[in-house]
Parts: sequence; structure tokens; C-alpha cells
Amino acid sequence: MSNLIRWAPLAVFIALASALTYGLAKPARTNITSKMVGAAVPSFKLAPATSGLPGLSSADLAKGQPHLVNFFASWCGPCIAEAPQLKVLAEAGVPIVGIAVRDRPQTVAAFLARHGNPFRAIGADNASQLQMAMGSSGVPESFVIDGTGTIRLQTIGPINPQDVAGIIAAVRDAR
Amino acid sequence: MIAEAGLAALWLGAALCALQLIVATLGVRGEVQLAATVRPVAIGQAALTVFAFGMLIWLFVRVDLSVLLVAENDHSEKPLLYRFAATWGNHEGSMLMWVTILGLAGAAIALFERRLAERTLTATLGGQAAIALGFYAFLLFASNPFARISPAPAEGQGLNPLLQDPGLAFHPPTLYLGYVGLSVAFSFAIGALVTRDVGPAFARAMRPWVLAAWIFLTLGITAGSYWAYYELGWGGWWFWDPVENASLMPWLAATALLHSVTVLATRDGLRAWTVMLAVVAFSMSMIGTFLVRSGILTSVHAFAVDPRRGTFLLALLFLYIGGALALFGARIGTVREGARFNLVSREGALVANNLLLSAVLGIVLVGTLYPLIVEAVTGTKLSVGPPYFNAAAGPLALILVALIGVGPLLRWRRDALMPLLRRVAPAAVLAAVVLVGVKFAAPRMHILPLLGLALAIGAALASVAPLWRRNLLRTPLFVWGMVVAHFGIAVSLAGIACDSSFTVEKLVAARVGETVQVGPYQVHFAGLAPTFGANWQALEATLEARRGAGDALVLKPQARAYWSPPTETSESAIHTALDGQLYTVLGKAAGEGRWQLRLWWKPFVTLIWAGGGLIALGGALALLGRVRRGRRRPQEDWS
Amino acid sequence: MRPLILGAALLLTSAVLADSGLPPAPLSDTQLADPRQEAAAQTLMETIRCLVCQGQSIADSNAELAGDMRALIRQRIAAGEKPAAVRAWLVRRYGAWVSYEPPLDRVTWLLWAAPALFLVAGLFLARRSFRPRQRR
Repeated sequence: MSNLIRWAPLAVFIALASALTYGLAKPARTNITSKMVGAAVPSFKLAPATSGLPGLSSADLAKGQPHLVNFFASWCGPCIAEAPQLKVLAEAGVPIVGIAVRDRPQTVAAFLARHGNPFRAIGADNASQLQMAMGSSGVPESFVIDGTGTIRLQTIGPINPQDVAGIIAAVRDAR
Repeated sequence: MIAEAGLAALWLGAALCALQLIVATLGVRGEVQLAATVRPVAIGQAALTVFAFGMLIWLFVRVDLSVLLVAENDHSEKPLLYRFAATWGNHEGSMLMWVTILGLAGAAIALFERRLAERTLTATLGGQAAIALGFYAFLLFASNPFARISPAPAEGQGLNPLLQDPGLAFHPPTLYLGYVGLSVAFSFAIGALVTRDVGPAFARAMRPWVLAAWIFLTLGITAGSYWAYYELGWGGWWFWDPVENASLMPWLAATALLHSVTVLATRDGLRAWTVMLAVVAFSMSMIGTFLVRSGILTSVHAFAVDPRRGTFLLALLFLYIGGALALFGARIGTVREGARFNLVSREGALVANNLLLSAVLGIVLVGTLYPLIVEAVTGTKLSVGPPYFNAAAGPLALILVALIGVGPLLRWRRDALMPLLRRVAPAAVLAAVVLVGVKFAAPRMHILPLLGLALAIGAALASVAPLWRRNLLRTPLFVWGMVVAHFGIAVSLAGIACDSSFTVEKLVAARVGETVQVGPYQVHFAGLAPTFGANWQALEATLEARRGAGDALVLKPQARAYWSPPTETSESAIHTALDGQLYTVLGKAAGEGRWQLRLWWKPFVTLIWAGGGLIALGGALALLGRVRRGRRRPQEDWS
Repeated sequence: MRPLILGAALLLTSAVLADSGLPPAPLSDTQLADPRQEAAAQTLMETIRCLVCQGQSIADSNAELAGDMRALIRQRIAAGEKPAAVRAWLVRRYGAWVSYEPPLDRVTWLLWAAPALFLVAGLFLARRSFRPRQRR
């Protein structure tokens, strides 16, 4: 039996075990990042999610001004956690628009009354249609959209206090 | 004190295990006096592991909440069976079971193995001790099942409700007996490589052990598949999930090994290859365990996942698999090459069987790990699922089934094509008739299931052909075993083909009082009521299913809520008829007083698991035949 | 009542920890009237990964987003779109990870070639076990 062949199993195993070692060493990444970053916001038109605020369409996001699009829901716990950060962002002048995912007008209104309203407009995404079109997979998630309607940045999970500065910078860069 | 006694037994067992390794090593080097003690040491070691495992079971049954593991996985309101089975429904307990079975396997070799050359046997028990030692270390240093918690909580956290099922009492122990039983083949290979004793006698000695492990593995996979089928409530029985693949890979390797070991035993061929497969089979068990425990692949069956423990297991993989393969590389050159044979012969068919089984094993392994490799190299995430595995492994599996029809009808040494064709003709004609008939009756059936069904029926006939014109009473048991196992494969394949092609699914949002047609059944949604059990409450639908003018069957699928830990599950209700199963699931409220119902009519789906049972039964018959023949005539053994 | 969480109960990894009060989207659990279209949609759904409970296909998952994805797939199939196009639409948004059917490209050619490679390697090894054809 030739030398090459009898050592081949060991070589294959070492290659395989290296893959396993990598698998163990890499940080567990369960977030699904959107592949739409860098592309134009898909065309959409959503009805208002609650009374008193307008709905949202893709045309609203391509009028020269950058936006932070925040996917949220009144039934989502972490969305409560990020409410103070959204308030800070709104006070810093970041134009924030909301997408209420699978929500009812009354509960959205109650949520805003309780946790503050940083939004200029909120579209109702009742069957997660826009969420899927944007490549988003949960709430809360946020996207920075530039003035031409191009997606620049995605943040997954609640916006934490340490994320605020980065988002402000991203919005500034998106002008 | 119970926990401390268990822990002490484990430490003692580890010490005896180290002693076993030392004594065996010296024994192989020529200390014959010492070598004689290796058997009693192995038996003593096994007794200690059994004692420790018994102590853990006792702690779980008594719900001793001062033990951390019990507090985390047990609950006093649980029925006795689940308190008992909860012992291994967690990481530490299942690893203790692993060590216990390793010990028992070593003791079984020490007690019953009489055919293997004494020096090889000593080396084999040394190999078994070497493996066990690593897992003892894993238990004692990284997953101590007997750790105490202070203060003890007032109540346990309970067991994952999905595991609160009789399946937990049966599936993991059986699967583990198979997984770990393959360690015997591994140790045999190590022993044979150390003593350079690879030949027919070695193969004959190893064969019953491989068979035994393979039987348990077959039963464990079959049981696991059925358990997932009824418990997860989506009507699927196999999803090519990493954890499922982890159990399939050792089975594929062991199946190949069973066939190659026959060639080695009978014709002294495939020497290096058989040793290789013996190493690979248990390596697949360890890799599978690593994949399940480390959680490096996303799986629906993942439980007790902990990356820190993954590191320890990975080190064991490197040590044992790497070590065995290095030994193989260093030693196999000195093992004389085996006999060669003709292409058209029983040996030729067995080589083809090994080639195809190994290719399928390779496909499953590569498919399972490819996402990891791609992510390591390119950073992108990829999924490899059923479309790949079916397309890549399906055709090879079908050729394998065709081979079942041909192989056993071939003579050893040399055969000719024309007489073979005559022997195979009836089955081939039957398969062709079925193919044309089914194609005509169900023109839109996909090609793989269509071929599968035709091949299954042809192979079913061909698999019993070896009994043709034989005195059935004088036919050796292992021939019966082969026939039954091959027939079981055909039965399973028929079930798979029918399920994938003829299943009828009905999703409805129904009000109480409505009737739905699914397959041959009229299902009447008769009522909805709350009900409760020992540690859950549920909403239970009453479905009355009628087939033709017959009496109504009552099925009661439930949507259950457990409170410790709080989890919701759906309990499917299944009616098994001779020609299939009616599978019902109660889903969510769909508004306006409607409830989501998922109903399936699955024709002949039960054949899948019946086939699995037959395969295991065939293995059991073969094992019985081999053991009896081994007692009577240890020298000649012609299959 | 909250939806039932099946096998993925242990794998709630996404930010979605609660469920909305809205009923499922109309086509999430309703079959298409045309059996051919329904079969095509079903085959596709069985090969799309659920984004919430990541070990399951959306056909098997009870997560709300999986329901919405099923509704999306049924709508598009009903509108005459080809399953491959719907898969491509999802892959464009979530990456190849969302599809259990690996594409054939420069990263995955080795995966798809694996069966042939194994067979060739196996034949090469097996060749050594056979006697050269004997002259009679």
C-alpha cells in the first residue's frame, strides 16, 4: 500500500477537525443580516399604523433626507428597552420613521403613549411584508436609509446606549 | 451520601480504567502474568460505572434537589417514568451513560470473547480503556453529574416537555448502546493494528460485536425517527438535520463494516479496508456526539448545548481519531495485503456495497459540515438540506437497494453473468411491471420515489430468493438474518416512497361541527375542551374520523401548556390503519371561533419503521446464528 | 392563545420573544385552491429555513414570521411566479442561508461534485482488490 494512501485518512481527518475547531472557535452568530444593505429600499406603501401619524411609502424615503427606519411592535419586549435611545436619537435631529409589525392601531397608540413617540410617520406592516422585503427577520431592527432611498446600515436587536453615537454618525454620513 | 457514593465510584472506576490501560500495555509487551489480570480489571471497572449510573438514577427518581443536575432537570410532579428517564435527558447524565456503556462493552469483551488471539484481546481491552479514560476525564473535570447545590431549591426546574415522552426512556439508551457499542470495533482495530493480527480469525471475532452495536443503532434510529415524527407534530420523519445525520453516519459506516468484515472472515480480503471502517464507525459516533453537544451546527434537536464542553470533546476527537488514524498509517503497511477476487462474485458485490455505502457516508458528512467549511473560508452562511441530500445520496441509495437483489444471489469466488441474470430475472421483471404500472396510475410522481417504489418491490422479492429451494429448517440463522434485514430495507424504502408521493395534507381553519375530507377519511370536528395532566394543561380537540360507512374513530390532538418549565407543545393524535396513518394536529386559534387543524393521510408510512424493525430483527437473527456457530465450529465459518 | 412553539422551543434566538395579537396572514395556513400550485408552494416551503427557529423549514415552523413567509410564497406562486424566482427573491434578501437547497456556484461546486468524486476515489481504491481478468 502506497505511503500516500495510508496517510490520507489522517490528512482528511485533520482537515475535518480543523473545520470543527473553527466552528467551535467562531462566535455563535444567530443574527441574520440583511443582504439588502447597499440596495434601494424596495417599493412599498403602508397605511398609517395608528391615528395621528401618517403612513409610510418608499417614495417618502427618497426625498433627499436620510432616515432611520425602525421596525418595532407593541408586543415586543426589547422594543421597550430601546425606546429611550430612540428618544435621544430623535432629539439629536435624526428623522425616525417606524414600521409597526403585526400590530393594531390601539396597541400602537398605547405603546407610544407609554414609552414615548420618536416617530414622524409609522407604516403598518400587518403580514411582515415589508419586513421580508427588507431582509429583516425580527423586531426590533433598524435601517439607516440615505436621501436617495438606498439602505446604508442595518442594526439587529434593540439599540443600546453605546450604539447611539454610531447611528448618528451613519445618518450624518448618509446625507 | 448517594451522590458522593456515585462520585467516588466514578473516581475509582477511572483509577481502574487507568490500571486497565497500564496492565494491557505491559501485557502486550510480553508481561503475560500481568495480561491475565486485564479481564477482571475491566469487569470491575464496568461494575463501578454501573453503580455510579444506578446512583444517579436513584437521585433522579427520588428527586434529590440538593444535586444540581437533578434540580435543573427533574421535578417532583413528574410521573415516575420521566423522573427515571430524565437521568439521561441532559448532558451530564447522558455522558455518564456513555461511560457506563463503554465500561459494559469492555466487560462484555472480557467475559465473552474467546476467539480472539490472547495478545490481541489484551491490546483490545487496552484500547477500550484508553477511550474510556478520556470520557472519565470529561465527566469528572467538565461535566460532573453529582455536583451538589447549596442551598437546595424547593422545586426542580423540570424537564423539557418535548422530552416528557416514553420515547425518552427508550431512544437514547438504544442509540447509545449502538454508538458506544461501536467502540468495541474500534478497540478491536487498535488491538489488531498493535499486534499486526488482521485476518479471518480477527474478523470472525469482531463480527458479532459489530452486529450487536449495529442492531441497537438501527433500533435507536428507527425509534428516534418515529419519536420525532409523532412528537414534533409536522408529519415529517427525517429532515437531514445535523443531529439526525450524526446518528446516520455511524450506521452507514457500521453497515459497510458488517459487509466488509464478512469478506475478510470468509475470503481474507479487504484487510486494510475493514480495519479502516472499524476505526471510522466509532469515529463517526464521536464526531456525531461532538456535533450534538457542541451546538456548532443549527439543529432542531439541539439540547444540552455547551461550547466549553465542545472544546473538551474536540480534544478527545483529536486524541482518539487522530491517534487511531496515525496508528493505521504507521502499521497498515506491515499488514499483508489480502486476497484479491473476481469482479463478478459475491465479494465483488460486497465491494460495490462498501463503495456505495461509503460514498453515501461521505456525502452525508460533507453535506453536514460544508456550511461550516464555507463559513470558515468565505465568511458567508450557507444551508445544506434535503434537496441536496436527496439528490446526491438518493440515486446511490437506490443502486444499493438494487444490489440487495443481486448480491446474495452471486456465488463466492467466481460467477458468470448469464446464470446470474436468470436468477435475478423474476425480481427485475416484477420491478419493471411495478414501474410501468405506477407510472401509468400516478403520472406526476417524481422520478426518485417512482424508482424507489419499483426497486423496493423488486428487491423485496429478490431478497427472499436466497431461501428458494432451500430446506428452510436447515437454512443457517445468519442466512435468515440477511434475508430478513434486506427485506426490511425494501419495506422501509416502499414506505418512504409512498409517504413522499401519496401523502395528502389538509390545512383548515374549522369551527366545531364542521367536517373535512382528508384522503379516505371524513374528519368531523366534534368538540373542543380543556383538559389537564400531572404537570400540564391543554386544549383538546375531539375529532371523529369515518372511513366509508364504518364506525367513527375518535382522535384527540392536544395543544399543551407545561408549567415547569413553561413551554407549549402540540400533541398529535394518530390513527394507524393497515394501509397508512391518519395524523391530526390541533393548531392556533384562527379567529371567529375557528381553529387551525392540520390533517394528513399518509399511506403506508408505517412501513418505514416496520422496515427498521425488520432490519434490526435480521441483525438479531444473524447475531444468534453467528454466536451459535462460533460455539460449535470456531474454525470453519463459511457464509 | 399564543401559538404553539414546536421543536424549536429551545432555539428562540431571534429578538422575537413574544407573539403579536394579530391573526396569521390569510394564506399562511390556507392551501391554494389549485393543487398543482399548492404542491409547488409546499415543495418550496419545505426548503426555506425559518428565520426565527433556525433548525426548521417554514413548512414545519409555527413561528409567526414563518407563517408570513408561507403566505408570501403562496401569494407569489398563485400569481404565477416560478418557485425558483421566489427562492431567488428570498435569497436576495436573506442570503443563501435561507434556502436549504445550496446554489451551484464557485463556492459550492465541490459540494455538488462530492458524490462523483467519492465514487471515483472509491473505484480507484476498489480496483486494487480485484484480480486482473483471467484468461481461460
